[in-house]
Amino acid sequence: MLSAILVNGLVLSGIYGMLALGFALTYGVARILNLAHTAFYMAAAYGLFFFLGRMGFAPAALLASLLVLLIALAAYKLLLEPLREHEATVLIVTIALALLLQEAVLLLFGAHFRSVPALLPGFVEVFGVRVAQQALLALLFAGVVLLLAWALLKGTRLGLGIRAAAQDQEAAELVGISLSRAGNWAVGLGAFLAALAGLAVAPMATLEPHMWNAPLLVVLAAVVLGGLGSLPGALLGAVVLAFAEVTVVNLVPGGAFLRTAVALLILVLVLVFRPEGLFGTAFAEER
Amino acid sequence: MTSPLRIWSLPWALRYLKHEVLALPGRTAALLFVLFLLLFPLFSQDPYLLRVLTLTALFALYAASWDLLSGYTGQVSLGHAFFFGLAGYASAILGRELGLPPALTIPSGALLATLAGVLVGLPSLRLRGPYLSLVTLAFPIIATGLIFLFPRFTGGELGLSGLPRLGQSRLEEYYLVVGIFLLSVLFLWKLAGSRVGLFFHAIREDEVAVRMVGVNTVRYKLLAFAVSAFFAGLSGGLHAHYLRVAGPDSLSLFNSIQPVIWSVFGGIATIYGPVAGTFLLFPFLEALRVAEELRMLAFALLILLVMRFLPQGVVRGVLERLEEECPRCKVKNAFTRKACRACGVPLHLEAREVKP
Repeated sequence: MLSAILVNGLVLSGIYGMLALGFALTYGVARILNLAHTAFYMAAAYGLFFFLGRMGFAPAALLASLLVLLIALAAYKLLLEPLREHEATVLIVTIALALLLQEAVLLLFGAHFRSVPALLPGFVEVFGVRVAQQALLALLFAGVVLLLAWALLKGTRLGLGIRAAAQDQEAAELVGISLSRAGNWAVGLGAFLAALAGLAVAPMATLEPHMWNAPLLVVLAAVVLGGLGSLPGALLGAVVLAFAEVTVVNLVPGGAFLRTAVALLILVLVLVFRPEGLFGTAFAEER
Repeated sequence: MTSPLRIWSLPWALRYLKHEVLALPGRTAALLFVLFLLLFPLFSQDPYLLRVLTLTALFALYAASWDLLSGYTGQVSLGHAFFFGLAGYASAILGRELGLPPALTIPSGALLATLAGVLVGLPSLRLRGPYLSLVTLAFPIIATGLIFLFPRFTGGELGLSGLPRLGQSRLEEYYLVVGIFLLSVLFLWKLAGSRVGLFFHAIREDEVAVRMVGVNTVRYKLLAFAVSAFFAGLSGGLHAHYLRVAGPDSLSLFNSIQPVIWSVFGGIATIYGPVAGTFLLFPFLEALRVAEELRMLAFALLILLVMRFLPQGVVRGVLERLEEECPRCKVKNAFTRKACRACGVPLHLEAREVKP
């Protein structure tokens, strides 16, 4: 049982980690609480399903993620950036965007459950647990993607600018970082990470137009748990919540009903004791 | 500006009507709206239309209660369905266990929601902005998990059905709901315009500054949570008894998001904005049932387009074009007037060329 929790928790951590890092980037730099974030992930999974019928896996995955990137950047430039002063309006525009994507998918593919064939079919035994090879591949993929994202953020000037903007917008602007450019990059990178998470999940999960609801809550909780604006915090939050979810499903009778509830309960408890999250910084504007 | 309304004096009331209500497009629209709601059954008693209007009035009260907490006080709640659904379930369970009539169980449900509002409000003393929104979001979802876990007591996925009706006939139910809706919104509007409402505004703008001038912001924030939760609970209880079922749908994420959409669409921090937003969007969504497949798509597109061009909400966007403030005495005037109706100052100063 313990090893099952460990292995499944790690796989889920990888997926949530990619989603949470993308979300944290979008919020930290562009200050958009993007409720359409996991809708991008759903769109990428469906994109993969659509393109797979026409070409091989690699080009299909590339096309699907580029499509999502295009949608996200267009939405940011046309809808979100002009409305930035109106916070509540931005919030419902992202909700409307998520609904729009959901309904477009519903129209194009119907409400049936769809599935993408696994790239690596078959199972292996890890610590005495039968694990789909596809899940291990997804874990590996998530690890590589997160390492690359980390290298980009830590090792380049662009990454330095993005991290600076996430920490303190005013100070970043004072030292000559273009907030609008950092915003473009952060939104693009965030959507791209969501798309990659969608690609990793597609072969393991059933695709349906409402598949964005449950991960959205977990991602929101993970990012807030780690502290808004803190990128390592978002990753840590994702790992904590992924393991909490897997533990509850495995140990508590009827746990499947409680999986999201427990994640959110942890969030509430942590925030009561540390109102700014685990690694949160107080934003300059809110100081 | 205006002395209190002396309704016992008919000539005075007529003068008031002419000079203070009909002179402004916004107030005329509000008067017509109230008359429309009260007189509608004289023209049509189509059960479907009555049903849509009743539900819209219920949800408009729900949206207005969200606005008091989130629009005015700035404590953005993404879990308002907690109060709405909790009051519905409480009313249903009280009716089932104790056999009390809805006239007693709905107010008790709303009072329970008020208590829940204070409880949910407690974290708000330490949390701000998105952190608070996320904590409020958690409550209805935790409650849904508990409801599924104890299906014997709560009815599980199907909910509790067969609740007693609000009234004997559709018409009675309509007037009951519309009456409660109008009175509650009037109360919320008066509260928001009062000294307390001013504190709410100020807490949203700069809480530290409000505390600096010696206002107990904790008390006002909890008050906003309590009042808002009471009216959300009231509408939730009425909703459960109107549909005769209290189900987990009333606690869903979508039901938490709905008042946000309606309020922002109409314009936040106005009370009348959320009402207008609900009365525009809810019947629109109902009318779209003719094209079931495209329904939500059209809804999302409409919101995207309208918000892109009227980011402060429909009511503010339209009123800004129909009314303007006198530069000298700050009285509102209809856009057709050339001079201010109170002080006579010309409103549209034309740019004349200044001769050297």
